[in-house]
Amino acid sequence: MTAPADVTAALQAQFPQITPRASGDHPAVNVPPAEAVAALKYLRDEFAYDFLVDITAIDNGVEASPRFTVIWHLFSTAHYNYVRLASDCASDTEPVAPTATSLWPAADWHERETYDLLGVTFENHPDPRRILMWDGYPYHPLRKDFPLAGIEVPLPDIEVADLTGASVKPAPMMGGPFVASAGEMNLTEAEPRAKDESWTERKTKPLSE
Amino acid sequence: MATEFAFPDNASKAEAASQEFQTEKMSLAMGPSHPSTHGVLRLQLELDGEIVTKCDPMLGYLHRGDEKIAENMTYNQFVPYTDRLDYLAPLASNVAYAIAVEKLAKLEVPARCQAIRVIASELARISAHLLGLGAYGIDVGAWSVFLYAFEEREKLYKLFEELTGARFTTSYTRIGGVARDVPEGWTGRVEAFCDQFLPILEEILTLLTRNKIFQDRTVGVGVISKEDAIAYGLTGPNARGSGVPIDLRKDKPYSGYEQYEFDVPVGAKGDCYDRYLCRGEEMRQSVRIVRQAIKTFPSGSWYNEDAKKIFAPQKAKVLTSMEELINNFMIVTEGPQMPAGEVYFEGENPKGALGFFIVSKGGGVPWRMKIRSPSFCNLSILPKVCPGNLVSDVVSILGSLDFVMGECDR
Repeated sequence: MTAPADVTAALQAQFPQITPRASGDHPAVNVPPAEAVAALKYLRDEFAYDFLVDITAIDNGVEASPRFTVIWHLFSTAHYNYVRLASDCASDTEPVAPTATSLWPAADWHERETYDLLGVTFENHPDPRRILMWDGYPYHPLRKDFPLAGIEVPLPDIEVADLTGASVKPAPMMGGPFVASAGEMNLTEAEPRAKDESWTERKTKPLSE
Repeated sequence: MATEFAFPDNASKAEAASQEFQTEKMSLAMGPSHPSTHGVLRLQLELDGEIVTKCDPMLGYLHRGDEKIAENMTYNQFVPYTDRLDYLAPLASNVAYAIAVEKLAKLEVPARCQAIRVIASELARISAHLLGLGAYGIDVGAWSVFLYAFEEREKLYKLFEELTGARFTTSYTRIGGVARDVPEGWTGRVEAFCDQFLPILEEILTLLTRNKIFQDRTVGVGVISKEDAIAYGLTGPNARGSGVPIDLRKDKPYSGYEQYEFDVPVGAKGDCYDRYLCRGEEMRQSVRIVRQAIKTFPSGSWYNEDAKKIFAPQKAKVLTSMEELINNFMIVTEGPQMPAGEVYFEGENPKGALGFFIVSKGGGVPWRMKIRSPSFCNLSILPKVCPGNLVSDVVSILGSLDFVMGECDR
């Protein structure tokens, strides 16, 4: 089986609602969520795009609408070409996409990850749990409104959290490659130093014992 | 092999055993700190006696949010993070990442840079497979392989240190080139390594290939069919072990791989033993590629000299020329300037196809970067392949899949 000369045109002939999508490399199309699975199946069965490479989503920004775009990448083990499908989710607050688990079992984990990190729910997914973060984690970290440092949350193990009072704290962002200014502290104080070198030009050197 | 093996039908054996004994099922958490899980993977197993009836992998113990971090730093700043994806072959991840970003910038690198990257990737492949085999030997009860393999790995570390300045976390590539040219006489030393490595590789493989104990632990265990390998998105030696002849170096040549002659080993049965054989043969092929690359090692520039707004200028020029000083300042503070667009690139890494999907809205920072990690996809077959096997075979299967949790959890 060979790849069609123009996979976009071939898809458009079958699904009139599909539009071409700007892409830096492989052929790419926009497909309405309702037709996504049918289009994927069509590509798999008719054009030998038999390898599901990846499923992910893009958060286009808090203000953007449509906010979430789900992306599928397919590869062919017969003619070695890629194709990209993109589908804008209708809802900006509770994005929903169709599941491709009926076509490829590989979609299972990819969709779980997309749900976990971006909060896109895949309809009729057989096992809609989080995969990287723990069950019960309240946020979707790859969303644009989630801060890089993280948000303080209770430990996943509630018994341990009750006993120790510990929680998962935001990362200290001081002095790393992420920020240019050291915030409240001055840079010399913010810079991490070995304990016995904790003196600076402002702090006097502690007397040796 | 001349004799045909009849694979044990473990699934029906398990069914028959539970029918016969009416045993109670037991739940066992294997990991996150279990020597055979090679990192922090937890398998939630359901056991019927010694036979696994259900396997539920729990990931995320090493999740560091690399994709989130990538959205908050410039393209070159992310190179050290790619070291920490597949930390057993950081050079290969460096190269795949650099090529992905260069694809976004529509940037070509000179032939010398491509050859350096090919040599670096192939040496990384050898070192990753050496560790893979060595650790696999330990998993199934052959200690000495590890010691021999690590001696060779140590020699590779020396070569990496000469090339990059670091033994382990190399951070060698930059967008539009590499961090520095190869040192004087380095290619000769790589060739010398290859010459002495091949006989030792034969020795290492001899320890396992015809080893009765090793064969008993691997032949016919963890069989993955060709169809399953494709359906579950397996890549790399795991897919090839199951007879799927996909190798992106051949199928979608990048970085000048089309110039080199090499074979892609493919397994016949898709069991643990076939995956092991594929890795062994791949090391021989990598040596072949490295030798060809050194033989035709091009002279000329080792970075793209036209990419003045992307590749930071040489230090001597920064200190003497105003234009270079400005470019350097802009590249360091704002990042290499990229056009808007979406690209996806996969490189054939030791563990499989490592892909980067980059969404850029222009500027020096990606809007979204998805890392398609081969270990993640390779592990997704565990719930399918583990049930019906003995607990000890789970160890064998895990070792044969040769995954890295740093890459899986990102």
